[in-house]
Amino acid sequence: MPEILRTWLPHLMDYSDEFWKSIEETLQMLLLSGLFSFAAGLILGIALVVTREGNILENKVIHQIIDKAVNLFRSIPFVILITALIPLTKLIVGTFIGVKGAIFPLVVGCTPFFIRQVDMALTDIDNGLIEAAQSMGISPMGIIFRVYLKESIPALARSTTITAISLLGLTAMGGAVGGGGLGSFVIRYGHNRFYQDITYVSVVVILILVSIIQFIGNVIIKKTSH
Amino acid sequence: MIQLIDVSKTFHSKNGTVHAIRDVNLEIEKSDIFGVIGYSGAGKSTLVRCINLLEYPTSGKILLEGIDLTALDEKALRRQRQKIGMIFQQFNLFASRTVFENVVFPLKYKGLKKREMKEKVFSLLELVGISDKSRAYPAQLSGGQKQRVAIARALANDPGILLCDEATSALDPQTTQSILKLLKDLNRKLGLTIVLITHEMSVIKEVCNRVAVMDKGRIVEQNDVFSIFSSPQMQITKDFIRKTSNLSRIDELMEEKSSIVQLREGERLCRLDFYGAHTKEAMISRISQEYQVEASIIFANVEVLSDTVLGSLIVILSGSAANQNSAVRFLTDHDIQVEVMKSA
Repeated sequence: MPEILRTWLPHLMDYSDEFWKSIEETLQMLLLSGLFSFAAGLILGIALVVTREGNILENKVIHQIIDKAVNLFRSIPFVILITALIPLTKLIVGTFIGVKGAIFPLVVGCTPFFIRQVDMALTDIDNGLIEAAQSMGISPMGIIFRVYLKESIPALARSTTITAISLLGLTAMGGAVGGGGLGSFVIRYGHNRFYQDITYVSVVVILILVSIIQFIGNVIIKKTSH
Repeated sequence: MIQLIDVSKTFHSKNGTVHAIRDVNLEIEKSDIFGVIGYSGAGKSTLVRCINLLEYPTSGKILLEGIDLTALDEKALRRQRQKIGMIFQQFNLFASRTVFENVVFPLKYKGLKKREMKEKVFSLLELVGISDKSRAYPAQLSGGQKQRVAIARALANDPGILLCDEATSALDPQTTQSILKLLKDLNRKLGLTIVLITHEMSVIKEVCNRVAVMDKGRIVEQNDVFSIFSSPQMQITKDFIRKTSNLSRIDELMEEKSSIVQLREGERLCRLDFYGAHTKEAMISRISQEYQVEASIIFANVEVLSDTVLGSLIVILSGSAANQNSAVRFLTDHDIQVEVMKSA
């Protein structure tokens, strides 16, 4: 077996340690920034929805601030965003390279996208359900947790899946500017030295990761839809 | 008792100002079944939403047992809202929850024990006749079953009032009947005050004791159901009543120039409306005996409302013109309204 691998994937075998390490880095970036983005995006997404005009905690100022900030950050291409954030990243995490330096810009790049996804998922909840809960005398917090969140679990699972996949794309882009992970691995060897086996194996790895994320998402959606 | 005092609601939008309801005054007695009827856009939905302040009125007061709801803070209002159940045209059940979970929803986080909640839910499901469906999800239920679940959920807090916002408008006639019967039963068993809005006079006729007719945001007529049917004052009320009976078919037939309504020389097509006492008397045979006027009946509609008979006939009168005039006078003298719809 190693003989075959050596014949077909010569460069990958040469750099197999780095290969495994970059997969690990990619997973680290995905999980950590994913977790932070999920929490931040959910909170801000809910805030965006419930402060909208006519909703349960209408507040024009908060709504406008979140809405405009989301539009602003979503319009900046991610490679530029990372660069623009360097001073802030340094200030917050102490470094702007490697996995550690990539997490903060990834969260900033991913959260606005997830906020919009949460916005769409929650806005899809029939206003009649909110009215019904209000007519029962349920508090705004009760409505957020027991109606908005509970009733939109399948939609949120779908949003989370889409966001996680797009985040995986961002982690690879982060690699281009010194973030580590599969992106930087492929740029260093597949791109700069034209070791094609490294590029194609990395593509397969990314494909497998996307499939796993999609599979988990589908299972959750299926289990929670009635 | 529910009192609405000078309630108005105005919506402002880019396209201008809409006066959804204007200066509405209403008193709804305890344990009454009160209907509000109007065409879509008349403001009835806004009106019923003002009662539990899902819509805040622009001006006016909403009194519930003397407490002005518009003066309460959020928390106190939520406590009052628990005394007012509400059901909707689209049922508004939580799709991710089973029937049981839907009904237990308002009972949670109130310090009740699990066992108490369970007992309460099953007694409610029993009350609305759907106890075998507790594990089903709303998507697995028919429209009528969904509305039963919604009623059970609305009654979970033991409210004294049930607001019904077009609760039967999405249901077929048979299911509508069964839901209306359930509402009547609940009114009798629990002394529940029911406020029901609809655009169908047949719904009002079926269950209500009193009715208010709404048009363009105002209540234009208000009375007990029998009086509304027997002596409607406003044109809009008459239109609603006309639509409930098969007599409205005559308008279509006349438009289509159907052979049924083709008159021969000297004949008249008339509508006779009679209420109460004279309904039992044989007016048709009397005009034929006393005035030699033949009346052939095309349509007839007889209703029983609060134990009194209300009837309408569409007839073609034939006989000499003078005799027909005397016959019409005779009928009018006996409190029968005669409307000549067409003559030849």
